Parts: sequence; C-alpha cells; structure tokens
Amino acid sequence: MDITRGVFKMSRLWWLISVILLALLAAFPLYGSAYNVILITAIIMFIVLTVSWAIFSGPTGYVSLATAAFFGVGIYTMAVLGEQLPLLAAVAAGGLISFIIALIVGAITLRLKGIYFIIFTFGLVELIKHLLLYWEVTVTGTRGRFIVLIDNNTIFWVMLGIFTLLMLTSYFIRRSKYGLALRSIGENEEAAAHLGVNVNLVKVFTFGISAFFMGAAGAIMATRWTYVDPYVAFNVLFSFLPVLMAIFGGMGQLYGPVIGAALFAYLEEKLLTVFPEYFMLTFGIILVLFIVYLPDGLVGLIQRLVRRLRRQHANT
Amino acid sequence: MPILEAEKVTKYFGGLAAVSNVDFRVDQGEIFGLIGPNGAGKTTLFNLISAALTLKSGVIKFKGKKISGLKPHQICRKGIARTFQSVKIFPNMSVRDNVSLGALFGTPTGMSATSTAKEAAELSEFVGLSAMSELPAKDLILVNQKRLEVAAALATKPELLLLDELMAGLTPTETAEAMELVTRIRDKGITIFMIEHVMKAIMGVCDRIMVLHHGEKIAEGTPHEITTSKKVIEVYLGE
Repeated sequence: MDITRGVFKMSRLWWLISVILLALLAAFPLYGSAYNVILITAIIMFIVLTVSWAIFSGPTGYVSLATAAFFGVGIYTMAVLGEQLPLLAAVAAGGLISFIIALIVGAITLRLKGIYFIIFTFGLVELIKHLLLYWEVTVTGTRGRFIVLIDNNTIFWVMLGIFTLLMLTSYFIRRSKYGLALRSIGENEEAAAHLGVNVNLVKVFTFGISAFFMGAAGAIMATRWTYVDPYVAFNVLFSFLPVLMAIFGGMGQLYGPVIGAALFAYLEEKLLTVFPEYFMLTFGIILVLFIVYLPDGLVGLIQRLVRRLRRQHANT
Repeated sequence: MPILEAEKVTKYFGGLAAVSNVDFRVDQGEIFGLIGPNGAGKTTLFNLISAALTLKSGVIKFKGKKISGLKPHQICRKGIARTFQSVKIFPNMSVRDNVSLGALFGTPTGMSATSTAKEAAELSEFVGLSAMSELPAKDLILVNQKRLEVAAALATKPELLLLDELMAGLTPTETAEAMELVTRIRDKGITIFMIEHVMKAIMGVCDRIMVLHHGEKIAEGTPHEITTSKKVIEVYLGE
C-alpha cells in the first residue's frame, strides 16, 4: 500500500462500479426469487465474516479462530434481546457486545503470539459456548431459545447494510495510517513498537472492530434460524470457513476475501445441492489444489492474468 | 548538559546479572560510544533504555525526566529512537512506507500525510536511498537495509539516537560511509549513543566511550584514555 500517492488514481472508477453493483444488489429482492434472496443473504454473510476476519488477521498475521465466538455472541444477543429491542437496535447490540468482549479478550491475549494465540481464540468459542450452556441450564432453566421472525427481504437488506458499512470501514482502514501500522505489526512487531506504534492499542482496537461486524452479522442471521441453543450458535465451522475463504480469495487486496467468500459460499451451496455425497470430497480437493498451486488465492491468479494480458498487449 | 542519565541500572536474566549497577550520562550533542566483549550487556543496556526490557532496579532519565517504566512507543515519541543489531525493518513494505511509519507514529504529535511524504523523501535522500524508495525493503542489500533502518529512526524526529552495531557486516568502504553518516546525523543536532565492535570506527567518531564487561562498567573516557587504559586492554587481550 502506498498511503501518499495513487489513492485517487483508478479509485473513482471503482467507486462508480461499486455503487452500481450495490444498487443492483439492493434491488434484488424486488425481482429475484425467494430462494435466491436467501442464498445471496448467506453468501453476503460469509463475505462479512471473511472480510471482517481479514481486517485484523490479514495484515497482522495473527490468525484468529474466534470468529464463531463473536458470531455466536451476536446470535445469542438477538435471541435474548430480539423481543425487546427494535431489529436494528438488536443488531447493533450484537455488534457492540462482541466489540466489548473482543476488547477485553484482546487486551488479555494479544500478547500471545503465533500458535498460542490461535489456540486461545479457538478455545474462546468453546469457553463462551459452555458458559452460556451453564447459565441457561442453571439460571434460566432452558436449553434453547426461540428467535423473532423477520421476513427474508428485511434480513437481506440489513445484511447488505452491514456489508456496505464493513467494506467502507475496511477500505478506509487500508488507506489510512492505521492500515500501515497494522501491516508493520504483521511484518515486524518489535520494530513497529520502537518506531512509535502503540501496537497493543492498534491490535486490540482492530480486533474489536472485526468482532463488531461478526457480531452484527450473527445477530441478523439468527432471525433466519427461529430456534437456537449454544451448540447451534457457537459452531466452530464459522471459525474455520472465513480463514479458508480468505486464503481461497487471497488477502493481498481488499477484494480478495470478497470474491473468495462469494465463490466459496456459492460453490458450497451448489455442490451441496447437486452432489450431496461428494460435496466434502470435491471441496477438499479444490482447497488442496488452491493452497498448493495458488498460495496468493484468486487475487494472485487475477493479477497474473492481468500481467500476462498487459505484456501481450505491449508486444503487439 | 546531560540528555540521558542512568543511575545504578540493573537487569538480571535468571541469576545472571546482564547489566549491574551501571551509572553513566550522555551529553547533549555528543557521540557517545559503548564497547565491550560479547555478552558484556551492551545490547541489554540499549533494550533497557528503549524499554524493550524492563529494569530490575535503577533509574533512567531523559532530559531530566524519568523514562524507565514507559512503553517502547512512548520512549520513541519522547525523542529516543534506536536501530537493532540484526536489522529490523518491514521487508514487504516499500522503502518509503518504512520511513513514513516513523514520521506518522513516532513523532510526539504524529505528522500529516503531506509532511510525512516530504520527510520520507528528504530522509531517503539523506541516507542515500532516494533511487530505491519504491522497492520493497527486502530487496535491498544489507548496507542499504541498515541505512533504511537509520532513516526510519530519524523520521521519528529523535533527539537521541541509539545505534546498535551499525557497521557490523559492512565492507571497509561501507564502514567509512557509515562513519560519515553518523557524523552528519550529529551535525543535525542529534545526540548519538552507539555500540560498535569496529574499533577504528568507534575511536574515530566518538567523543567519549564507555566500556562494559560482564554487565559492569569498567572504564569511561576519551578514545585516547580508553585505548591506553590497562584495565580495558586486559579485558580485550587477556593479561
């Protein structure tokens, strides 16, 4: 990234394309089928989880497996507060509670590095799940909760709103000096600290921001599921999938995790419905091929193709 | 006038006293050298000043104010910058971004984007890297990586610069250039505290030198006093 030059080069065209795409997407429930609305909601949800994961883990290299924890906190917030609060307030509450938990957890654990951090964040999912189970069984005496019903189009629009907010946040973080600070932490944390970067603050706050979007996505997605218990809400699959999707898309560019998650989620849905028996097998093969042959993900592939086209163009 | 003062600075690693009861002062505007055999505690002392390590006991003061107990980024913003014995740069970031980071975060108030760009360009020029500002730092050869590290440290607008073996691994020509760079930094009004193994270099540029051995200060004085000190010769050459 270059913070001082080239910021506005190309970007006007990109803004225009993005706004048009977004408008088309926002109008989708008006002309799309109910099935496709639900499918696209799920795809956008995966994009939100992947991009918010990549905001923090992409530049810093701290691989977090806590996505399912914050997603689950959002789901549970909706389950508990969905009746009392208006929908958007409940969604915001899901995000805020995740944000606060992330700040507390981050302040304690971001001193951990490498494998220790990964394992801690993974443990966090189980920890919150079992705390909630204990609380539900001993205090409230329930095992699960019913969630308010919201129509599919509203869920779609709220999810799209979260996505838009997330993309703007992600874009501005990358372009700002904090984006540079995050990268410097990933490249050499010690040097960053000695050049004046408050590494703990930058890490904890960014971890919190990424958790906010995971929580908000969980809160709105919960309304699709009508009934949840801690086992449903805290599913570790939601910790692993964003990591895989980000690798699949490539993390070098902002759009990498977006197309990675979109294609991955779409593929998952199609493979699951068309080849239910071979779904996991096909999926595994695709992933292995990607990691072996395309370590930079789809973005790397696109950039290689663009470079080749330019060279041919230059030669003729 | 002292810019940096240390009183009874002590640090243990387990039972081993890496730095023990060391007192010293660095005066404003001078080049102060630190030498000693391997394991003498030189880098540990730098780590204590820059807060990479915490003191066991003792006090370090910068411009009369206690700085021990602060965090590394706070030390940097107070006006003490450092480089590392093994170069610590951001390998996949461009030379320009490496230098910009210091200006954006390491100055007391943080610079604006425009003055950062100007500062980065000037400092790249100052250390002789302006032709390479777009290159990722990992593509530079060692001597240029060291220059880059110095430029990034200077971007934080320090009053005191700690240089940890700037000349290690350099060729004789590069060493001469590095010595010249050190004096040019001092001419900017920046006080320098440097660890060095290359005797010719340190004797040539330093105003005063301190010698550490087994974590203790055994001598301090002008280059001439140090080279003629019986104690120092014993430590370096054996009795």
